[in-house]
Amino acid sequence: MLAWTIYLSFAGAFAEALIPKQKPALARGFALLVAVAGCTIAVLGFAEMAGHGRSVIADLPWVPAMGIRYTLAADGISLVLVLLTGLAAIAGVLFSWNIEERTNEFFAFYLALIGGVYGVFLSADLFLLFVFYEIAIVPKYFLIAIWGSTRREYGAMKLALYSFVGSAMVLIGLLAAYTTAGSRSTGLVELAHAGLSPGFQMWAFPLVFVGFGVLAGMWPFHTWAPTGHVAAPTAASMLLAGVVMKLGAYGCLRVAMGVFPHGMDPWGFSFLGIGSWRDVFAALAVIGIVYGALVALVQSDFKFVIGYSSVSHMGFVLLGLMTLNQIGLTGAVLQMFSHGIIAGLLFAIVGRIVYERTHTRQLSDLEGMHLSKRLPFAAWAFVLAGTASMGLPGFSGFIAEFQVIVGSWRANPLWTGATGVGIVIGVAYTWRALQKAFFSDSHAAPHIHEHGHELAAITWPEVTGVVMLLAASLFVGLYPRILLNAIEPAVKTMLAGGGQ
Amino acid sequence: MNYTDLLRVTMPETVLEGAALLVLFIDLGLLRKSSLRLRIASAAVLGILGCGLALMTIPLQAQGGLQASGVQLLSAGGSGAIAQVGILGLTVLTLLLLFDASFTRHVGEFVAITLMSATGGMLIAAAQDLLVIFIGLELLSLGLYILTAFAKRSGKSAEAAMKYYLFGGMSAAFLLFGFSYLYGFSGSTNLHQIMLATYGSNGVNATPLLMVALVMIAAGLGFKIAAVPFHLWAPDAYEGAPAPAAAFVASVSKVASFALLISVGTAALHVFGDAHVVRLVLVTAGRLPKTIGFAAPWSFALTILAVASMVLGNLAALAQTSVRRLLAYSAIAHAGYMLLALAYFSQAPVSAQAVLYYILTYGLTAIGAFAVVGVVERVQGSDQMDAFAGLHRRNPLLAGVMLVLFLSLAGIPPLVGFWAKFNLFAAVLQVGKGAVPFGLVALAVGMSAVSLYYYLQVLKRAFVVPALDKGRIDVHPVTLVALLVITLWVVMAGCFPVILQTWMEGFYV
Repeated sequence: MLAWTIYLSFAGAFAEALIPKQKPALARGFALLVAVAGCTIAVLGFAEMAGHGRSVIADLPWVPAMGIRYTLAADGISLVLVLLTGLAAIAGVLFSWNIEERTNEFFAFYLALIGGVYGVFLSADLFLLFVFYEIAIVPKYFLIAIWGSTRREYGAMKLALYSFVGSAMVLIGLLAAYTTAGSRSTGLVELAHAGLSPGFQMWAFPLVFVGFGVLAGMWPFHTWAPTGHVAAPTAASMLLAGVVMKLGAYGCLRVAMGVFPHGMDPWGFSFLGIGSWRDVFAALAVIGIVYGALVALVQSDFKFVIGYSSVSHMGFVLLGLMTLNQIGLTGAVLQMFSHGIIAGLLFAIVGRIVYERTHTRQLSDLEGMHLSKRLPFAAWAFVLAGTASMGLPGFSGFIAEFQVIVGSWRANPLWTGATGVGIVIGVAYTWRALQKAFFSDSHAAPHIHEHGHELAAITWPEVTGVVMLLAASLFVGLYPRILLNAIEPAVKTMLAGGGQ
Repeated sequence: MNYTDLLRVTMPETVLEGAALLVLFIDLGLLRKSSLRLRIASAAVLGILGCGLALMTIPLQAQGGLQASGVQLLSAGGSGAIAQVGILGLTVLTLLLLFDASFTRHVGEFVAITLMSATGGMLIAAAQDLLVIFIGLELLSLGLYILTAFAKRSGKSAEAAMKYYLFGGMSAAFLLFGFSYLYGFSGSTNLHQIMLATYGSNGVNATPLLMVALVMIAAGLGFKIAAVPFHLWAPDAYEGAPAPAAAFVASVSKVASFALLISVGTAALHVFGDAHVVRLVLVTAGRLPKTIGFAAPWSFALTILAVASMVLGNLAALAQTSVRRLLAYSAIAHAGYMLLALAYFSQAPVSAQAVLYYILTYGLTAIGAFAVVGVVERVQGSDQMDAFAGLHRRNPLLAGVMLVLFLSLAGIPPLVGFWAKFNLFAAVLQVGKGAVPFGLVALAVGMSAVSLYYYLQVLKRAFVVPALDKGRIDVHPVTLVALLVITLWVVMAGCFPVILQTWMEGFYV
C-alpha cells in the first residue's frame, strides 16, 4: 500500500502539468488533495507496519540481465521518514497557497520532488534508490530558480551541482560495489551480504558517505545549504530542510553504513585521536554542530539563521549515526523526524508568514517593526518553534538530541563535550533571532517599512500548517514511544546484522 | 561468392539505393513543376518508405554473411545488424525533420544523398574487410560533406562543409595509410586475418610499426566519431549545417562509426580472447605500479582518446553560448564515454551491446535536440542560448520535450541517458579490473556531473528566464510527431531498459 505514496505523487505531478495555467486555485487544491492522500497512506502504512520489522512491499524483476530488481520495502526507519515526508508535503502545499505565478508548474515540480523522496525512503534496491535520489534533484533546481528570491539562480545552480557531484560519488560506489560483489544484484540486502572485502569497503564507505553527506549538510560540504535555503521559495526551503537533507542522512545510514559496515573499522593507526573513518565523520559532525551554531549567531538575515541552524542540527544526526550504538542511532533517526518538522516550521514562519508581509528578512529592519504586537500569531508560533528547536523538554527535539548525546557519551565523551557547546550556542542564536525579530522594543530603527498600514491578516492555510507541525512535534515530544517503537527494532536489526 | 549471395546479404543496402534513385527520378522528373511542399512531402515519404522496406529485408539476410574465398567480407546478424536497424530508424527520424525545412529547394537531392549516406553507414556496420570499410566510409563521408553544405544561402554552411571536407580528406588519408601497413604485415584485408597475423597467438607481438598503423587508424576513426584531438571539425559542422543534416551527422554517422569500432574490437578479441593482456610498460622506477594492462595497444590508444574527449568535450561545452556548438562538444564528451567501453572490450556481447545501446539512444536524443534547435532557430533566427528564453511560455509542449531530452543527455534517471551510462560503465568495470578502469569510470562519472551544468544553462533559458519575444512558436505537425515519438522512447526505454535489451539479444541467436 505504501508504494502508492510514490505513484500518487508522480501521477499528481503529471496531472498538475496538464492543468491549465489560468486556474491556480484548481492547481493548489489538487496538490493539497494529493499531499493529503499521500500522508494518509503514510499514516495508515505506519499504523499497519510499525513494529513488524522489515516488510517487502513490492518486488519485481526490473532488469533481469543485470540482477536489478524493483524492490520496495519498509522497516521502522523508513516508516518514520515516510511519515515525515507526508506531513512535510501537506505543510509545504499549505505554505505555498500564495503562489500565483505558474502555479500548476510549481506544484508539478513540487509533487515530483515529493514522489522522489518517498521513493528513496522505500527503496530496497540500491539502483532504484539512486534513481529516486536523482529524480529529486532536478525539481529542486527549478523550484528555486523559478520561484525563489535572493540570488535564486546562483543558489539553485549551486545546490544542483553539489547534489549532482554527491550523487556522482554515490554512483561510482554503486558501480564499484555491483561489479566487485559479483552477486549480480543491486539489492541492498544482497549487497550487504555479498562479502565485500574490508579493503574495498574501506574506500567505498567514505566515498558513498561523503556523496550522501553532501546533501545531509555535512561540514565542509554544507555550503549549498544556507544559500539554497535562502534562495528557495518557502515551500522549497521547507522541503529542503525538512526532507531533502534527510535523504542524504538516510543514504549515509542505509547505504554507506548498511552496505559497507567494515568501512568504519579502525585503520590500525591513529593521528590526533582519529583512527578510522568513523572518527573522521564524527569529528566533521561535531564541527558542523558548533560551526553551524556559531555562524547562525552572527547572521543578519533571518533566513540565514535558520539555514545555518539546519547545518548544526543535521550535525546531530550524523554524530548519532557515527556512535554506532543503539541509543545514538535511534536518536539520529528521531532527530531526522524532529528536525524535519521543526525546520519546516521555522522556514514557514520566516519565509512565508513574516517575509511575505514585511518584505524584509533583515533582523535589523525587523527590529523596528514590533512584530510581536502586529503579528502575534507569528511571534508565538516562533516562540514555540524556537523552544522546540533549542531542544526543550516536551518537544520532539529534546528526546532526539538527548539520545544522540547519551549515545555519543558512550562512544566517545570528547564528542559530547563539544556537542554541549553547540547546544548552548543554539539557545543563544534562537533567542537572539527571536528577540530581534519579534520582541525588540527598539525605537531607534526607522519605521520606513510601516507606511502606517496594517500587515495582512494571517490566513487559514498558515494557521493550519503551523498548528499541524507544532502538534506533531509536541505529540512526539510527549509520547516518543509511538515512533521509538518503530525505530528501535529497526536499528537493532541494522546493528546486529552488520547491514540491513 | 556469386551475385545471388551478394544480393542476399546486401538486400537492405540495395533497397535503399533503389529508393534514392526513385526519389531523384520522381522529384526531378515528375514533380519538377510542383510546389515545394508537395516535393518535400513526396521525397521524404518515399525515403521513409525505402527505409521501411530495407528494414523488412534485414531478417532475410543470409546467415553467416558474405564470404569470398573463405574470408568474410560482410557480417550478418549480431551487432552489425543492430546498428543497421538503428541507422534505418534514425534516418527515418531525420527525414521527418525535413517537412518544415526551408533551407533548400533541392529536396530530391537532399533525400537521395541522405539515403546514400545511410547506405554507406550500413555497409560500414557490417563490414569485416578493410576495402569494404573504406568504401563504406567514403560513401558515408562524401554524402555528409554535401549535406553539411546544403544550405547554399548560408555562408556558415559552406564554411562548415569546407572544414569538414578538409579534415575528412586528411583523416581518410591517415586511415588508408594505416590500412596499408596492416595489409603489409598480414597480407590480408580481413579484420580477423589481420589480427591473427599481427598478434600471433599470444598477443604480445606488438611491433613499433604496428603501433604506427594503429595510431593512424585511431586517428582516422577518431575523426569520424569526433574524438579529441580529431574533433575540430565538429563544432563548426554542427553549427553551420542545416538542422536535419546536423542531426544526421550527430546520429547516423556516429552509429556507423561505432559499429565499425565494435567490429575491430570483436576481431581483436576473436584472436586472443579476454585473458591475454598486452602489458605496456609505462613506469619502471620506484615503488609505483610497473605496468598498466590493456587488451592490446589498440585499447591504450582508445583510452587516451576517451580521456581527452571526456575532459575536453565537457569543459569546452561549459563555455559555449551557441546551443549547436554546445551539442557538438557534448557529442564529443559522449563519444569519450563510449570509447572507454571500446577500450575495455569484452568477447561476450556485453560490451558491444552496451556501446550500441548508448549510441542508438544517444542518436535518438540528439536528433530530438537538433529538431528543437531547428524549430527555435527558424523563428528566432539564432541558435544562441538567449533565443530559447521563455520557451515554456511560447510553446509549453516543446519546452517539455526539450526538458526530457536534455535531462536524458545529462544522464538523469529515469530517462534513457542514465540507463545507457550505467550500462556502459558497468560493462567497463566488468571487463577491466583494478585501479585504472575504476579511475577512468570515476573520471567519466565526475565529468557527467560537470555536464549537468551546461545542460541546465539551456534549460534555465527555457524555463526560468522570461521571454523577450512573447509570440508563440509553432511546430510543424510532422516534426511534433517525430519529437513526441522520440520523447516517448527516451522515457520508456529509460523506465524499462529491458525492452531494448531483449530486442538486441534477439540478434545474437
